[in-house]
Amino acid sequence: MKRFKNALIFALCIFSLSSCMSVKEYQKSRINDSEMELAARKAEKFETSFYLYREGATGANGGKGSGGCGCN
Amino acid sequence: MKKIIITAGLLVSILFRTNAQSKTEESTDYEKRTLKVDEINFVTSYYHQEGDRSAVTGGIGTEKLSDYANSFDLKMSKYDLKNRLHTFNIDLNIDYYTSASSDNIDPRTISGASASDVHFYPSISWSVKNPKNRITQGLTYSFSTEFDYNSHGFTASWAKASKDNNREFSIKASAFIDKATIILPIELRTGTTGSGRGGSQDTRPRNSFTAAFSLSQVINERFQVMAIVEPSYQEGFLSTSFHRIYFTDNTEGIEKLPGRRLKLPIGLRANYFFGDNLILRAFYRYYMDDWGMKAQTVNLEGSYKITPFISISPYYRFNHQTAVDYFHAYKEGSPTSAYYSSDYDISGMNTNFYGSGFRFASINGVLSMKHLSSVEFRYGHYTRTTGMVANIITMALKMK
Repeated sequence: MKRFKNALIFALCIFSLSSCMSVKEYQKSRINDSEMELAARKAEKFETSFYLYREGATGANGGKGSGGCGCN
Repeated sequence: MKKIIITAGLLVSILFRTNAQSKTEESTDYEKRTLKVDEINFVTSYYHQEGDRSAVTGGIGTEKLSDYANSFDLKMSKYDLKNRLHTFNIDLNIDYYTSASSDNIDPRTISGASASDVHFYPSISWSVKNPKNRITQGLTYSFSTEFDYNSHGFTASWAKASKDNNREFSIKASAFIDKATIILPIELRTGTTGSGRGGSQDTRPRNSFTAAFSLSQVINERFQVMAIVEPSYQEGFLSTSFHRIYFTDNTEGIEKLPGRRLKLPIGLRANYFFGDNLILRAFYRYYMDDWGMKAQTVNLEGSYKITPFISISPYYRFNHQTAVDYFHAYKEGSPTSAYYSSDYDISGMNTNFYGSGFRFASINGVLSMKHLSSVEFRYGHYTRTTGMVANIITMALKMK
């Protein structure tokens, strides 16, 4: 639980950073790089599937969290 | 592997046809409102695992399993008269797997019906993005079927981006209405009951409801982050009917788990672009549920651009989970307990997964194929402290 609180505090700090700048569209060449996408890659699709079967923890990773398969 | 090569060959031949046809097409302003293909993705993989703690045989016995998985998804879009962008996605997935442990549901047969199977799971989605209010709304329907299980999934999503497009908040609600067929280990069946052939009396419902909330933020020109909270609730038959358990008194039963489960995963993603060639992708997740499991997952991937067109992406993933309250190893559970399972997937363990990806990408096409925008190969090696070992190899093609 202590680690969870630390993670939550870290997340809040990230989002309350006053150094967040308004990045213009023409300044987003790096942000728009396909490998900078804030999601699992297409090539990771079946890796995400086998975690769902082989591990008990699921969700919050962009893949299916529960339902739709024989796993629970 | 032969199937992967044949499928890849077919796809390349389709691609050449698409390439030839496109030469006769000219883009005009008028055509911008017509439906166009944005992207086609083809992903194929081979997965193999070995281990000796199968849940089918009560926490002992082979876990050998091979899975050939293929995915084909087509993304199309068009603008309407109000300049809203409509996106349509068709996703077809098919797995063929062989499982030695599932074959042990009925070990007296030479090869049981469950020894190999096909898992088919297509989905179709539609979303509309309004550039005036920066809101995107979408609907998805998915279906899944395999020998003992089928599912209908419904998802609605809503997202709003900030004026400068540096922040986005999204909500996604999903419901999966599933049905599991009751297939008992051969020695526990009476007549046709538990054979999977007893009709509707041999099926049980399992429903899952999920809500996903995410907030993404561009911090500066090189750094962006995302937080995701995805609570889910499951109800119905959450056990697997052919998972055996052997008790302390040498009697045998089948897995029995509660009829409800509440899960709460919280994830954080952060991607940073160092210099001109290196991208670091990081993911962290904290998970807890009301069955007593707590877990933490960390994933780090560095993507180094050797040239503007070629990159190498070594990665490492670590997962730690505690066991659910109902887990008991072979002959350690009591038959008088309310719930019990010898499934090592929900036992306490650490897992390590590492490997690398190689990616070739070019806006002018890869391998002289104009529409083939990227090709990626990935290999990963997975180990669990329960003794299970797995390997997975993947190839992903993207066409634009």
